[in-house]
Amino acid sequence: MLELLGEHIEKQGCGKVAEKKLLGWREIPIGAMNDRPGSSAEYHIGAWRTFRPVVDHEKCTRCGLCWIYCPDAAMQPREDGYYEPNLDYCKGCGICANSCPVGAIEMVSEVR
Amino acid sequence: MMLEIRWHGRGGQGAVTAAELLAKAAIAEGLWAQAFPAFGPERRGAPVLAFTRISNNPIKMRVQVYEPDIVVVLDPSLIGVVNIGEGLKQGGVAIVNSAKDPAEFRRIFPSASKIFSVDATKIALEELKVPIVNTAMLGAATKAIDAIPLERVEEAVRERFGSRIGERNVRAVRRAHREARLWESG
Amino acid sequence: MAVQVQQKRTALTGNYAVAEAVKLADVDVIAAYPITPQTTIVEKLAEYVADGIIDAEYIPVESEHSAISACLGASLAGARTFTATASQGLALMHEILFITSVLRAPVVMAIANRSLSAPLSIWNDHSDSMAERDTGWIQIWAANAQEVFDSVLQAYRIAEDRDVLLPVMVNLDGYILSHTVEPVLVPEKKLVEEYLPPKPLWNRLSVKTAYTLGVVGPPEYYFEMKYQAIDAIERSRSKIKEADEVYGEMFGRSYGVMEHHFMDDAEVALIAMGSVAETAYTAIKRWRERGAKVGFVRIRVFRPFPAEELRDLLKGLKVIGILDRATSPGSLGGPAFAEVSTIFVNERQRPLVKNYIAGLGGRDVPFSGFDYMIQRLLEAAEKEEVDVLCEYVGLRE
Repeated sequence: MLELLGEHIEKQGCGKVAEKKLLGWREIPIGAMNDRPGSSAEYHIGAWRTFRPVVDHEKCTRCGLCWIYCPDAAMQPREDGYYEPNLDYCKGCGICANSCPVGAIEMVSEVR
Repeated sequence: MMLEIRWHGRGGQGAVTAAELLAKAAIAEGLWAQAFPAFGPERRGAPVLAFTRISNNPIKMRVQVYEPDIVVVLDPSLIGVVNIGEGLKQGGVAIVNSAKDPAEFRRIFPSASKIFSVDATKIALEELKVPIVNTAMLGAATKAIDAIPLERVEEAVRERFGSRIGERNVRAVRRAHREARLWESG
Repeated sequence: MAVQVQQKRTALTGNYAVAEAVKLADVDVIAAYPITPQTTIVEKLAEYVADGIIDAEYIPVESEHSAISACLGASLAGARTFTATASQGLALMHEILFITSVLRAPVVMAIANRSLSAPLSIWNDHSDSMAERDTGWIQIWAANAQEVFDSVLQAYRIAEDRDVLLPVMVNLDGYILSHTVEPVLVPEKKLVEEYLPPKPLWNRLSVKTAYTLGVVGPPEYYFEMKYQAIDAIERSRSKIKEADEVYGEMFGRSYGVMEHHFMDDAEVALIAMGSVAETAYTAIKRWRERGAKVGFVRIRVFRPFPAEELRDLLKGLKVIGILDRATSPGSLGGPAFAEVSTIFVNERQRPLVKNYIAGLGGRDVPFSGFDYMIQRLLEAAEKEEVDVLCEYVGLRE
């Protein structure tokens, strides 16, 4: 189980933040400020996930509620209007499945 | 020269305003002054105190006034309610809003060398149509302060109350200044 | 100082002196909670905004916590901001004060110093701002209405200096300064504009410069981010002096980080803060006239604490007395006493120190109180011993 989780973290590319050199107080912007807009896109939370959402396009009405409710940036519309999760930003919280009015999203265990 | 003046009134009668206007007049005359209320919540009708300190030098002290040179009593009904003579310096001056003869207040101000009385309520009712006596008493008080010309007081009153009400108050100032009666010791 | 500028001699309360300075400083946002313990400072400012005399946004918020939060946000968006409060209101701001300093928002705030409940009190002492001395704000303590006015203008120049970018608290004694009318010289606006830094300020948020402000500081970064604000308040020392000196050149009045008199041959000295120092000065002057070798010191800037300046001034003395108008229950004495005591901690030769606590909750500190304090200092100097470290002067047994 632990091995599996370790492999999973490696695959998701997490743990990289800790490898970065820590900056000194003169090197960081003042005022508890992040001066790189959009840098949270670099922050991948996929390794936190134990369940993944799987969308049944037969049932999906393309209403977009899963996209609205997703607290991160996982649920994204495709060109055809159907929604698919970008698993880099999915921690498996299940809010999308819970918010789907037609039950088109199923949370499937990551541990097989 | 350092003069300390204590104003006695009731909440809403304008004692604090009178104390401030006298300070403003002093400052306009190029003197130094402080005006402050007895610190605390404001309560209409309750006996209140206000103070003015005047000097020809910067005033470097932040203490209450314990031994005033001058006491001004805006409301004669305060006599007997509060000790209006308390701490008045030997040779000090008292100014009372009253139609009575100033000599009648000698017992209340045993340390005073001069006592003025003026019927400020009558003046206020005639000039302002309301029994707010602070500007009249300010005019009477100016009699006891040589360092401040009456014109400075009139200017301060005009600035505070604007042209129309200001003029009426200036009339009250002038009348009280003129009508105040003096008792002088020995 | 021969300064040839037009300044109007005006009769103002301490509160209105603050309002005049804020008016001249051309602020953009004023946020305040309008009810007790609020002052007439923001009442006057609200009137100025309503009458179009100041072109600023006036936000009547629902609490002091919101007032300082609104100022923080507006300041980070590049606005020149102002708020005022006292006692319980300042206490309610407490958590945001730490955030304001580390986020480096140059907010200027006036505090009409009052005691903290309980018992319920609306009267003066220094408990409120002393309790906020570790929040990272610069603290200026004024002794009269003119200094209040001047300090507010200096505060904007210090706060907005690119090397500082910290909030500044200007302290004026509640009632004793806030409600007392006295003469204040008010300069022309044009000159004030020249004195203050140009707008717009640092970090003006716009679509082009998107920042995340107030990020999480995990243990790997909290220390560094906090230290930046510590470094800034250290660097503010020279900027505070500069702001005061330039003010002196332009307007003819400067104060230093501390004020002192009769120190040349003094054997003992009394240190005070705020308006009570004016009484202390006069009391000491009277003792001097009778030949007592007593000196007078007033600490004006309490944060950053002028430790070096005080050490140089006080090192040769026999006994130092420190008057606190606040307490720190369970410690050896009041907060100013603790602070002054530490400046000699590694010195071999050092004066004895003695603490007086007086004037809590609006209790008057009369001349007789100062006479007692000075008398006791001279006694200690003669005996070369401090018998009671902390004395409560004016307390009834």
